[in-house]
Amino acid sequence: MDPPSGNPSAALDTPPRHGPTGALGRLPSRRSRLWAVAAAAAGGLLLAGCNLPTFGETKPITSQGQDSLKLWQGFFITGAVVFVIVFSLIAWASIRYRRRSHAIPRQTQYHTVLEIFYTVIPIIMVLVLFGFTFVSENNVDALPAPKVSVTVTAFQWGWRFHYAKQDVTVIGVELQDPEMVLPQGETVRISLRSHDVVHGFFVPAFDFSRYAQPGITNRFTVNLHTLGTYRGQCTQYCGLFHSLMRFRVRVVTPAQFAAWLRSHRSGGTSSRASLTASAGGAGK
Amino acid sequence: MKVESAFLLGIATFFGVISISYWFTSYEDGGTMMLVGATALGVLPGCYYYFWHRRFRGSKYFFWGKTDRVVGTRPEDRDDARIEDGAGVISAFPGSSVWPFVFGSGAFVFLLAFVFGVWLAAVGISLIVTALVGVTAESRRGGRH
Amino acid sequence: MTDVIIPQVAGGEYAHVHEEHGPTGLMKWITTTDHKVIGMSYMITSVALFYIAGLLALGIRVQLTTPHGTFISFQQYNELFTMHGSIMMYLFAGPFAFGGLANYIVPLQVGAPDMAFPRLNALSYWLYLGGSIMMLMGFGVAGGTADFGWVAYAPLSTSTYTPGLGEDLWIMALVLTGFSAIFTGVNLIATIFYLRAPGMTMFRMPIFTWNMLVTGILILIAFPVLTAALVMLFCDRHFGTKIYAVTGCHTTAGIVDAHACGSAVLWQNLFWFFGHPEVYILALPFFGIATEIFPVFSRKPVFGYKGMVFATMSIAALSTGVWAHHMFTTGTVLLPFFSLMSLLIAVPTGIKFFNWIGTMWRGQLVYTTPMLMSIGFLFAFLMGGVTGVMLASPPIDFFVHTTYFVVAHFHQVLFGTAVFAGFAGFYYWYPKMFGRMLNDRLGKVHFVLLFVGFWVTFIPQYVLGLHGMPRRVASYPTGLGWQSWNIASTIGAFMIATSFMVLLVNVWVSWRYPVPAGDNPWDAHTLEWFTTSPPPHHNYTHLPQIRSERPTWDYNHPDAPTILHRHGPGHPNGHGPYAGDGGGPTHGNGSAGVAPGVPAT
Repeated sequence: MDPPSGNPSAALDTPPRHGPTGALGRLPSRRSRLWAVAAAAAGGLLLAGCNLPTFGETKPITSQGQDSLKLWQGFFITGAVVFVIVFSLIAWASIRYRRRSHAIPRQTQYHTVLEIFYTVIPIIMVLVLFGFTFVSENNVDALPAPKVSVTVTAFQWGWRFHYAKQDVTVIGVELQDPEMVLPQGETVRISLRSHDVVHGFFVPAFDFSRYAQPGITNRFTVNLHTLGTYRGQCTQYCGLFHSLMRFRVRVVTPAQFAAWLRSHRSGGTSSRASLTASAGGAGK
Repeated sequence: MKVESAFLLGIATFFGVISISYWFTSYEDGGTMMLVGATALGVLPGCYYYFWHRRFRGSKYFFWGKTDRVVGTRPEDRDDARIEDGAGVISAFPGSSVWPFVFGSGAFVFLLAFVFGVWLAAVGISLIVTALVGVTAESRRGGRH
Repeated sequence: MTDVIIPQVAGGEYAHVHEEHGPTGLMKWITTTDHKVIGMSYMITSVALFYIAGLLALGIRVQLTTPHGTFISFQQYNELFTMHGSIMMYLFAGPFAFGGLANYIVPLQVGAPDMAFPRLNALSYWLYLGGSIMMLMGFGVAGGTADFGWVAYAPLSTSTYTPGLGEDLWIMALVLTGFSAIFTGVNLIATIFYLRAPGMTMFRMPIFTWNMLVTGILILIAFPVLTAALVMLFCDRHFGTKIYAVTGCHTTAGIVDAHACGSAVLWQNLFWFFGHPEVYILALPFFGIATEIFPVFSRKPVFGYKGMVFATMSIAALSTGVWAHHMFTTGTVLLPFFSLMSLLIAVPTGIKFFNWIGTMWRGQLVYTTPMLMSIGFLFAFLMGGVTGVMLASPPIDFFVHTTYFVVAHFHQVLFGTAVFAGFAGFYYWYPKMFGRMLNDRLGKVHFVLLFVGFWVTFIPQYVLGLHGMPRRVASYPTGLGWQSWNIASTIGAFMIATSFMVLLVNVWVSWRYPVPAGDNPWDAHTLEWFTTSPPPHHNYTHLPQIRSERPTWDYNHPDAPTILHRHGPGHPNGHGPYAGDGGGPTHGNGSAGVAPGVPAT
């Protein structure tokens, strides 16, 4: 699939330059293993997005989600390599050095070179990971000029999707999940706010979530590239029926989208539109 | 006292740097306030211990005033101190006291007043006052006898 | 008269000026100011609450075995996870460590006769007990317990949305326990600064004591913020202020007007400024426990002692600058700052890991229950730490935030520390506290069940989180393949529950058929193992000379001193008595315990 054009993370897809050398000559085996970590981290990020598995994460349908996924793949590989190395060290130490005699072992307490070594390597790794994070989060949070804008208002326990320019509103409450219809291939801006308590707008297929909060409007952009219907849900605990505060996202072609807008102009699709027009069901 | 003061002044330095960098990157007032509070938490006792440390080292100055000289460091700060160097009164430890329990019960009832009704506050406050009087008297008499 | 303790110069013997002839029975417990009794009361109370909260967790897990669970109602489910989280976080993990173990162990480890402020210490316990009772009272009032999650996000926690008495009780309970924690923090710091034995310099204190000192500082930074935030929340609920509340702030268009009302994000900022240090208040003491146990059962000193101390300090310092990584998805925080600070915590944590491994390296590992538990802690915390690094990256957090991935992550971290390391400490110090051993075989059964159950419970939750299952849901859609993972997780939870039944049996066995422990059953290193088990009223009748951070070891093994560097002179053929051979140290005269090579004066 296509990475978004002008992706600045491409510039960072090189292995980290070598940090301190020297004074490490006595530690060949561990040094090579830890360099392997750094190399795998960089390699993972380099390969990400091409043909790596998603490592459990939902396959994204947005280009922003694609960025997140790449980062996740890089972190997952780095994390897995670190996990395997440290795991093996613990396992090796606990099996190899179990008591074999009553002799007192050497009472070693310090090894300064070794300690500096395992302080510096994690710092380098962390800085590299931070670099990738920084680039990726700027991509995910970028706000280009939108073609379509949707205002999402969360309330206890439902959603209101308002297409202001086209004067279309969709409302749904618990057990009557509303559907947000979005066009494929266009830049869509979603403005999020809450009518009452803090809610969380989460669509697994976006690989993204964002709080809907009273008094604050959060904006983010999605560029959808896959047709289909996807589930969404409130993630921030918001009271009694939090579990049922779900919705759907349907991605259609721009032509279908235009048709859908025409057929739904003026007025909501929900039979309980009146419920949410003003109060939005505050209180328990 | 040297390590203690360095420890606390280190906290102060760290939070000082973080407060400044956080303020100038975010201009967010709530978090900055809390970080400044943490800085003060390190500065105040840190300076106190630092001046004690200087006094132990023979400085005549304690904060801004002159005081008597204190000779020598505490035995717990010396690498080569022997147990016998700590001879003397360590501190006064009360054998037992009922007043913490009374005070605790008072606080419990007092806070319940916010939930169940103001009348409980009368009970709570009287328990707390009793405990305060009791513990003061106990300290003056020196123990529970 | 007040008890005053004076060591006699002649033999280094401590003498009591005053013999105890105080009240007996219940009155004795109520009036006690002995840090050991208070510490034990703390531990018993917090472990009892741990069992209660564990039971609530089983309720949660049973509800989730079916997509549309009918085991309990939505309302009950919300109360259950709120109370599970609240009890575990506020009433078990913290108080068990810094109220219980630290209270008991720190004065012993620094050679002090008691805490610096014994009556304040007693007050801490009574406030804690009062707070615990108050929180549990929620189960008995109309409307049930608090049901806004342990984080009590405003404005859900304001009176418009959660008007009940249970919520008010929850707030007041936390005010009480908050003060209790602050008092204990002050007490620990004062004890460590002022009541160390001669020669016990700061850099000879055991790591456990160091960690408790740092934890004390963190408590002083974090808890006042929580208490202030709770007071403001209470004002919002009952006195009509609008600090967090948004009620009645809607414009005619039905939108919340930010200028006319309270701020939801303010609560999150305040809460997490407390909440993230709180996570380390819960973790650092348990790191300390593990750092006590690894050297003892590897029969080596702790590797990289100073690095360990500085790592602890760095973790604590960084932990107060990362609060908003819980708020990445609010869209109102400075992402790079908090992301970098959070990622950096991995560095000192990594140092600790390598130091623990370094301690075991080339040792003679003795697999008793405390050691097994500590190794369990290493594995658990490793997994939790690796996923923690992932969560520190905002784009990844955007996806997994408030899903089961986060639930699995923090359970691996907190369960790894508070349960594995916490009960490692329980097994380790139990002989010191009660003078009798716990059965090692039953302990191993406990460990195996716990360890297997732990992974079976939480690995499926990672998968669920990545599949997009949000946390705190009482029901979930069918057809997404979530049910089998949830069932696996529930099976694991029951294995954990079973393992804790084994612990109860073990304690019962140790009371019914006592096995005397002796003073130092593990051939341990630190000062608390020098005195009797259990220790006398003011802890020590005499002390060994303190010439390193492990005075008891120096006393028992004058032929095996610490080698400060790998290439220093060693004693490869050194051997000495071990538990079973000699049955611990005998109390010779106190001034004989001087490590060789160190000038005695």
